[in-house]
Amino acid sequence: MSKFQRIEVLRFAPIFTMVLFLAPVCAGLIGTWLPAVGIFPALGGEEFSLAGWHELFAYPGLGSALRLTLTCGLLSTVLSLVLVIGFVASCNERKSFRALRRFITPLLAVPHVAIAIGLAFLIAPSGWFVRLFSPWATGWTTPPDIASVQDPYGFALTAGLVVKELPFLFLMTLAAVHQTHADRRLAIARSLGYGPVTAWIKTVLPAIYPQIRLPVYAVLAFSLSVVDMAMILAPTTPPPLAVLVLRWFNDPDLSMRFVAAACASLQFGIVAAAIGGWRLLEILVARLARPWLIDGRRGGGGDTLASIFGFTATMVCGLGALSILGMALWSFTRRWRYPDVLPSAISLDSWMRQGGSILQAGLNTLSIGLASAAIATILVVACLENERRQSVQTTTRGLWLLYAPLLVPQIGFLFGTQVLAVQLNIDGTWWALVWTHLLFVLPYVFLSLSDSYRNLDERYVRSALCLGASPNRTFWRVKVPMLLRPILYAMAIGFAVSVAQYLPTLFAGGGRYVTLTTEAVSLAAGANRRVVGVFALLQATLPMIAFGLAIGIPALLYRHRRGLRGIA
Amino acid sequence: MMRTIYTRIRQIFIGLACLIVVASAAQSQALAQTQSQNPTWDETLAAARGQNVYWNAWGGDERINAYIAWVGKRVWDEYGISLNHVKLADTADAVSRVLAEKAAGRTSGGSIDLIWINGENFAAMKENGLLHGPFTEQLPSFAAVDFEHKPSTRVDFTVPVEGLEAPWGMAKINFIYDSARVKTTPRSVPDFLTWAEANPGRFTYPTPPDFIGSTFLKQVLIELTEDRDELQKPFVSEERFTAVTAPLWEYLDNLHPHLWRKGELFPANGPAQRQLLDDGEVDIHISFYPSEASSLIATDLLPGSARVFVLEEGTIGNTHFVAIPFNASGKEAAMVVANFLMSPEAQAEKQNESVWGDDTVLAMAKLSNEDRRRFDDLPRGAATLPPEELGATLLEPHPAWMTRIEAEWQKRYSR
Repeated sequence: MSKFQRIEVLRFAPIFTMVLFLAPVCAGLIGTWLPAVGIFPALGGEEFSLAGWHELFAYPGLGSALRLTLTCGLLSTVLSLVLVIGFVASCNERKSFRALRRFITPLLAVPHVAIAIGLAFLIAPSGWFVRLFSPWATGWTTPPDIASVQDPYGFALTAGLVVKELPFLFLMTLAAVHQTHADRRLAIARSLGYGPVTAWIKTVLPAIYPQIRLPVYAVLAFSLSVVDMAMILAPTTPPPLAVLVLRWFNDPDLSMRFVAAACASLQFGIVAAAIGGWRLLEILVARLARPWLIDGRRGGGGDTLASIFGFTATMVCGLGALSILGMALWSFTRRWRYPDVLPSAISLDSWMRQGGSILQAGLNTLSIGLASAAIATILVVACLENERRQSVQTTTRGLWLLYAPLLVPQIGFLFGTQVLAVQLNIDGTWWALVWTHLLFVLPYVFLSLSDSYRNLDERYVRSALCLGASPNRTFWRVKVPMLLRPILYAMAIGFAVSVAQYLPTLFAGGGRYVTLTTEAVSLAAGANRRVVGVFALLQATLPMIAFGLAIGIPALLYRHRRGLRGIA
Repeated sequence: MMRTIYTRIRQIFIGLACLIVVASAAQSQALAQTQSQNPTWDETLAAARGQNVYWNAWGGDERINAYIAWVGKRVWDEYGISLNHVKLADTADAVSRVLAEKAAGRTSGGSIDLIWINGENFAAMKENGLLHGPFTEQLPSFAAVDFEHKPSTRVDFTVPVEGLEAPWGMAKINFIYDSARVKTTPRSVPDFLTWAEANPGRFTYPTPPDFIGSTFLKQVLIELTEDRDELQKPFVSEERFTAVTAPLWEYLDNLHPHLWRKGELFPANGPAQRQLLDDGEVDIHISFYPSEASSLIATDLLPGSARVFVLEEGTIGNTHFVAIPFNASGKEAAMVVANFLMSPEAQAEKQNESVWGDDTVLAMAKLSNEDRRRFDDLPRGAATLPPEELGATLLEPHPAWMTRIEAEWQKRYSR
């Protein structure tokens, strides 16, 4: 009986997950689209009207905002993807590959805001790079008047996005490489005399691209609608579209809500169009590349490519690491003026003075992150296990639904979600926060776990079942131990995602739950780098600890089992 | 499925609309009742004990945050009130939230108990019936407020306060510069233009609608306009707006090419500009608190050579307040906190430059000798101008001007 019930519960896991998941997104979208067409009773909007749209299109900065959004979003996605593919293709047989791989995971854990704040200090005209060479080499006794941060073309924002997206795409690519048995493909191609880069591009890339397609779309959607990084790195006159939406939502003139809602809908349309366009481009590239793929040319050793991509990837990661280092230094700074290369006076004041808020924000971050990561992992494992037992393959459509919160711009549905939460009377509660975080945590957990889970050799399970173990016993005694590493790793990713959430925390928490991220962003507005440094550093440290545990625990538990070490 | 959701949502919205109408009626009735009963202060204190106050206040300055934490400790010790500072990046977030709650029909048990507010945000909340009160007459500390010499405690950006917000502190535009680097400073708005031409790239102002940036625009407008009284009322016609603001735009068109980043980029807010001054990227920072310079030196955020200057014709000043949303959960406790904030003890602590350096709203003449000494004993840093050198205080124009100027600024310079 109990076994029967167990299976039943499991069978509902996908449906339950979907409802939990899609209800807020749908409600949020409707709650945003209705005001976009003039319907928002609380503000006296009772009937259909396009006034919001008219006002939006009359906004003189709209053209520049759109241009900025599109260039930053597309450029950063293309750059990150090209860099990742180029690097993996040209360096996967080299030593630098392993070294950088170890370096990149911690970078994935660092929240966007921390990177943005650190990067801004690195590249500003009065920033670290200029200080290194001033005034002795450059002659600049005062900082030059050059817009190297918040530049009108959005290069700073693009750079920040690349620093943040490269690690994500890199790890997703590695996971895909694992599943497609790329090493075997490579071995065959290499034995046929193909050069390493050509072999990779011709035999591995076509197999893995479908696997990293959704992550690429998620990156594209994110870059097009990023708010927190844009607030720090993008120009302000005008800012990118997503920042405009937030600005209008926050306008004291409440009738601007209609314009904000229209702009949020436009943002949604742009992301949808960009993803559609990208898909078309994929088809085009695939078609154009086909003759090249089969023309049999072997290609060279790829040494030049390897050094170019190896160097660029290292530079990007180096930028990320220096950003964090700079902020770490600032957190211990008392005075550090231009053009000093290092602080002229240091102190622990910033840490001491923030003691109380650090503790509170840290505990909130920890509890929300752990809860949402744990719930997400349980749901994902339940869905995947159900999929195995029912032997149904999740349809692509199902996967797309799961991805909805990552593909829909946050700013486009969070206001509507907030109204829903208020109606359910759970707004500003811990649970509402966990739920909202779950929307963003779950897809990433699914993304990082599903492939390892599906690729676990079914014969292990069958052997166990043949030996008389029940499905549940098999699950607990065979699958969980074998998959412990990817499960913990997925949880760590989920935790890192939760830690980094800014807008969702702001909207669902009603500001009552301060996290390290909300503190960091609200203080970034105050521009005191010392205090921002404290929070940025902490914000980066927590996920790194989680990753450390995710790697350390299985290594410790299975230190005597060589066979389990390789499965990840 | 979609269709049913849509109808459902529509039903909810229609329901909500009805609720709001009923609720606002109920609210005005409740208002009438509180006024007629006017519970004595002791009853308020008793009801406040044990309540939570979620105070939504801009959290961008950690010195102010530390002061708010001190207030939290004091009201806990004194009144048993648990004060939580909800740190906002923008006060409008809180307005937004109260609105979302009103949209969802929550007329009590709201998530915000107290808001740090003034100007446009106050005007918006007052106009949309989002505020509780009038309540300030019930607060004992309110009697010592200096209405006579600080008229902005009664009229917030020309909008009558009518007891809906309690005065908390006084702001007045002043300019901070690094005397080690800058020898001559402007004395008037036209002077700024000459100064900027002589020192290209060394001046800027925060992006409007940031309040300091907007205030700078108003300062320019007031000084360049012929009839300042006209700014105290909403503009009567488009023609008048265009005519009155024409000198402002002409001035800005001339000024911008000489600004930091050639006027193509502006710092996000006041503290961002302060960081630019400390980094040496600009030479002047616009401050809203007369003793901010000394306070920033004391907290190592600016060099010891930072000094203050004001303009010959005076600078804009205003008052900032705290208000209680109509649906606040802990109204009594919020009132007790508002009362404590106006007390001589809290006001003197706030004015202390090593704490915050924000000027008091109280009249020294209305205080007891003992309380007056709290203020007399405050240290005054080298960068703080004595009151007599601070110049005249110019009145804020009506918010209608400000809103329209901000939109116009966006149209002209943010494209």
